[in-house]
Parts: sequence; C-alpha cells; structure tokens
Amino acid sequence: MKARVTVMLKTGVLDVQGEAVRHALSSLGFAGVSGVRQGKVIELDLAETDAGKARASVTAMCDKLLANVVIESYQIEIL
Amino acid sequence: MKAAVITFPGSNCDRDLAVAFEHAGFDLARVWHKDTGLPAGVDVVGVPGGFSFGDYLRCGAIAAQSPIAAAVRAHAAKGGYVLGICNGFQVITEMGLLPGVLMRNAGLKFICKSVDLVVASANSPFTCGYTQGQTIALPIAHHDGNYTIDAEGLARLHGEDRIALRYGDNPNGSMGDIAGVLSENRRVLGMMPHPERAVDARVGSTDGAGVFASLLGEMALA
Repeated sequence: MKARVTVMLKTGVLDVQGEAVRHALSSLGFAGVSGVRQGKVIELDLAETDAGKARASVTAMCDKLLANVVIESYQIEIL
Repeated sequence: MKAAVITFPGSNCDRDLAVAFEHAGFDLARVWHKDTGLPAGVDVVGVPGGFSFGDYLRCGAIAAQSPIAAAVRAHAAKGGYVLGICNGFQVITEMGLLPGVLMRNAGLKFICKSVDLVVASANSPFTCGYTQGQTIALPIAHHDGNYTIDAEGLARLHGEDRIALRYGDNPNGSMGDIAGVLSENRRVLGMMPHPERAVDARVGSTDGAGVFASLLGEMALA
C-alpha cells in the first residue's frame, strides 16, 4: 500500500519561496498568476494492507516528523 | 562545570563550540547523535550549528528525532541548561524546547556576515554578563533564520521577557527582530548568531565570550 502526503504552509503563513516563484512567472510573461504556494509531496511505501490503519500510522508520522504543525498543514492520500 | 557538545552528521560548528566552552573554563564532553545518554554530571548541553542531516525535510527536523534527543529533552525538563546556536536553534525548536519555528530568510538568500545585536534581556544565565540594551556584533551564517511564531506566542515572549537578543538591522525577516529566545525557565537559549565564532581577538572579536562567561558565572552561583 502506498500513501502520499502533501505538506503545505498553513494559510496566513507567508510563503517567501512561493512569492519568488510568482515573481519569476510574472517576469517570464505569464500574466494573471495572482498567487503561488509551494509545498512538499512525500510518497511512502507501506507494508500495512488495511487503509484505516495505514492512515492512522501516517497521521502519526506527519505529527511527529513529516510536518511541523506550527506552520504546516498536511493531507494524506492512501493509494 | 561540565558542557557536552553534540555532533550530528553535517554539524560544522561543533568543534568551535567545544573550544569556546573550554576557553571559558568548562570541562568538556563530546557526544555523538547516536548516543542515548549524556555523560554523568553534564550541566549544559551545546547544540551546534551546521547542516545536520543536510537540512533534509526541514532544518533540524531529523536531528530532533535522533537517539540523543530524548536525553536532551530530559536534561532540559529537569532544569538543565541548553544552548542551541544556528542549526542548533533549529534543532531545539524542532525538539519542542522552544516555541516557534525558523523559516526561510525573507530575502531567500543565505546570509553570512557580522551583524549588530541588542541584548534585549540581560536577565538570563546566558546574557547576565552583558548590560541590558548593550549592542554587540556577532557573525550570522544561515539560510533559515526567519523566526516565526503566532501572535499569541509572540505576545507571551514579550510579556515574559524571553527575547534575549534582537537584530539591530533585521537581516532575515524574523518577527520582532528576534535573534535569540529563552525558554520559560530561562535555562534554554536558542540563537541564530554565532557567539562561539567571536571568543578570540585573533579572529576578530570577543563579543560572544560573554555568553559562555555568563553561563559559567551563573552556574558557579547556583
């Protein structure tokens, strides 16, 4: 079983790298991009075969290591 | 008084920090990140600068989960002193010993230069050798020193006089110009500037020596 974790900065936390990408897109001539937020995608290969247990386990991984919940939020997809 | 300096894969200020502690008069132990305990009788744990685990995932995040981390947390929980510098500040913040987080510099550039700092609180074991409001100059060398905390947390730091050092001219976007933060019991200090690089006149400055001298003096009284 695979899981995909998407980690993003929480709404309201200034994403300075996203802003730099937005400026770069604008200077390349891509008009109309009013905002860019960037994050991380982490894919996990799991031995677990039960989707519920996998989700619980990945949630614990996110809280402990994969995300810093002070500034980041995460979404888990079980694939 | 005994200091322990931890080395992680990718630490690069561990030796400098060890020399600074020794120069100030501490007995010194070097500790490897895979050690599960601190040597007996350690008074202060130094968490050094560098790029632990290549800054993978988030700066300090993987080091904060290494085998020695539980011993450092336990040391702090029983009132032990901890000094985290630069990457060490990121590590102890990820460990949960200090609130907030160090984000990417607002200007997105790695900054390596000497900066002016104001001693915002001389009421700590690390800064009591300085005068309140004194300006000192220390080197910074970081990419992720933009201290960020929610409004409530920032108000709490202000209210409890836990901002030890502020930038004179904010180089990285840090909230409240914060360069160094104290724990609630004031025995844990995280700071982005490098006092250990400014303890010998032969390399340009001794402005950082006060951090180590303050600590030694404070412990002698305790």
